[in-house]
Amino acid sequence: MTATRTLTVEAARFGYGGRTVIDGLDLRVPPGRVTVIVGANACGKSTLLRGMARLLAPERGAVLLDGKDIHRTPTRQVALALGLLPQSPAAPEGIAVADLVARGRNPHHSLLSRWTRADDAAVARAMEATGVLELADRPVDELSGGQRQRVWIAMALAQETDVLLLDEPTTYLDVTHQVEVLDLLTDLNHDRGTTVVMVLHDLNLAARYADHLVAVKDGALYATGDAAEVVTARTVADVFGLRAEVIEDPVSGAPLVLPLGRHRTLRRQGVSLTKR
Amino acid sequence: MSPSSVALVRRGRLRRIRRRRTVVAGLTVLLAVLFVTSLCVGHTVYPPYDALRVVLGDTVPGASFTVGRLRLPRVLTGALAGFAFGLAGATFQTLLRNMLASPDVIGISSGASAAAVFAIVVLGLGGTPVFLIAVPAGLAVALVIYLLTYRQGVLGVRLVLVGIGVGALLNSVVSYLLLRAPAWEVQEAMRWLTGSLGSAFWDGVGPLATGVLPLSAVLLLAGRSLTALQLGDDSARALGTRVGTSRLVLVLCAVGLTSLATATTGPIAFVAFLSGPVAHRLTGGNGSPLLPAALTGAALVLTADLIGQFAFDTRFPVGVVTGALGAPCLLWLLVRSRRTQGAL
Ligand SMILES: Nc1ncnc2c1ncn2[C@@H]1O[C@H](COP(=O)(O)OP(=O)(O)OP(=O)(O)O)[C@@H](O)[C@H]1O
Ligand SMILES: [Mg+2]
Repeated sequence: MTATRTLTVEAARFGYGGRTVIDGLDLRVPPGRVTVIVGANACGKSTLLRGMARLLAPERGAVLLDGKDIHRTPTRQVALALGLLPQSPAAPEGIAVADLVARGRNPHHSLLSRWTRADDAAVARAMEATGVLELADRPVDELSGGQRQRVWIAMALAQETDVLLLDEPTTYLDVTHQVEVLDLLTDLNHDRGTTVVMVLHDLNLAARYADHLVAVKDGALYATGDAAEVVTARTVADVFGLRAEVIEDPVSGAPLVLPLGRHRTLRRQGVSLTKR
Repeated sequence: MSPSSVALVRRGRLRRIRRRRTVVAGLTVLLAVLFVTSLCVGHTVYPPYDALRVVLGDTVPGASFTVGRLRLPRVLTGALAGFAFGLAGATFQTLLRNMLASPDVIGISSGASAAAVFAIVVLGLGGTPVFLIAVPAGLAVALVIYLLTYRQGVLGVRLVLVGIGVGALLNSVVSYLLLRAPAWEVQEAMRWLTGSLGSAFWDGVGPLATGVLPLSAVLLLAGRSLTALQLGDDSARALGTRVGTSRLVLVLCAVGLTSLATATTGPIAFVAFLSGPVAHRLTGGNGSPLLPAALTGAALVLTADLIGQFAFDTRFPVGVVTGALGAPCLLWLLVRSRRTQGAL
């Protein structure tokens, strides 16, 4: 399972019906690491992720999986290597949690193949990891937003791919579950060498959990690299248009962004911790 | 991960599969009972044994004509048409994630209906040529609705509204053609307005079966990609489904089934619309909705035809009965949709 797959975006242009969102973007996803994409609303993060997952064809350039053009590779073959959690997935009415998670096994089956014990095991593993095993027989439409989100993550996990793309996996989750999901993805990365690429909105969690951070601004890469290199007061100002102070997170040593809004800031800033 | 978690997952899965199988088996038995009942009951009542002998090809004095020539083609036509409507309805409803998006509500059966009436009244055709006109007409109407609706791939409620409009337009075409037509029997005219089995004879069964059986087989086999598409295009594609191809195949088969059945029996009101939701209630939404919906459709038509023929002093065409059953359900769904944040 440690076959490290490479995923690269080469001079790609993505858009919707003549409207270009991303142009000439190059990105090399480090294999076997956790990459986090950050950026303001509507800057093109989901578009980039959808392009990388073969859901959106590049108008120019290419996306390569193991050096091969992903858009010339059969859908199912891609689905065996690369899993995706879309930003707003839809659950069929009345479907049970375990059945939805089991849909993640789809690419492993052809029209005639039978469901095996290994499939059940993969489903159980994914559900246990995301803590939704107790919900197994409940209908998905009766769950809370956070429970539902964890079910969708379980579905992506059940796919058991070497590369996992997640669009805002922590939305709807309370702070405990946010940390839990990010820990879970980190475990997956450590234990199985899964390459994780995800979009996160919480800059501090992004800085803490990313091996590789990608800041996107207006459909172009603004900065890539270590969290420590990327997350600076200047990046935050340029990418998010937000004045902020960046200090060292005393817990993780990663950068910690303290936004300076118009209210509720002490007159004297730059508290006692090391400034960056 | 503990073995007990695997066991738990497995148990739940098997329980849901069992429920679905029980429903399918139950519906099949119900259909068989309805089938035999419809053969036996009528002006003269025959024992089931005689009816079955006729079906198997034996000659039974009296029964051979009534059952073999009159009732059997009627029941076969009803079952095939109901199966086709149920299957096509559930396919559309699932694909568009909207109960109102069934082919009878969004005007696709009206397309086939209008074309069939045109072929019969104006062109003076009959039999298979009517099919050959009705099916492409159904497809053409589906295409027109799609083009009127399509805007950056956003379908949904607008498709339903456009479809209802197109359907109303085509229904008025049907009414106009029927008015212009010379002496038509009420029975025949009703067939094109609400659907009827009153003119179902052997010469129609062959073409209907030749079309419905292969299309149904393809649809039922493609059920897996339909359930994948339920998750939305992105998820479906991420799980390895060829979204464009699958959707095209599903829509073509569903439109074909609707048009074939409509060209034979007329647009039997609300069968396509009701079968999916009824089957969904029964199975609890487990697995592919198609086979349960198809069986429900067939059972619905046979039941409604029995009611229409024998429950009242006058005989009513099957479509009048299904219409009377379906209209309250449609209203109920519309009222309920307010509670689901206005999503139709
Ligand atoms: N299906 C679509 N059709 C047309 N335009 C789209 C579509 N999806 C996104 N866009 C546009 O592309 C741009 C980038 O959208 P995208 O969803 O990639 O943003 P994002 O960075 O993921 O934002 P968010 O943080 O809000 O999720 C936006 O201007 C959006 O309006
Ligand atoms: Mg997004």
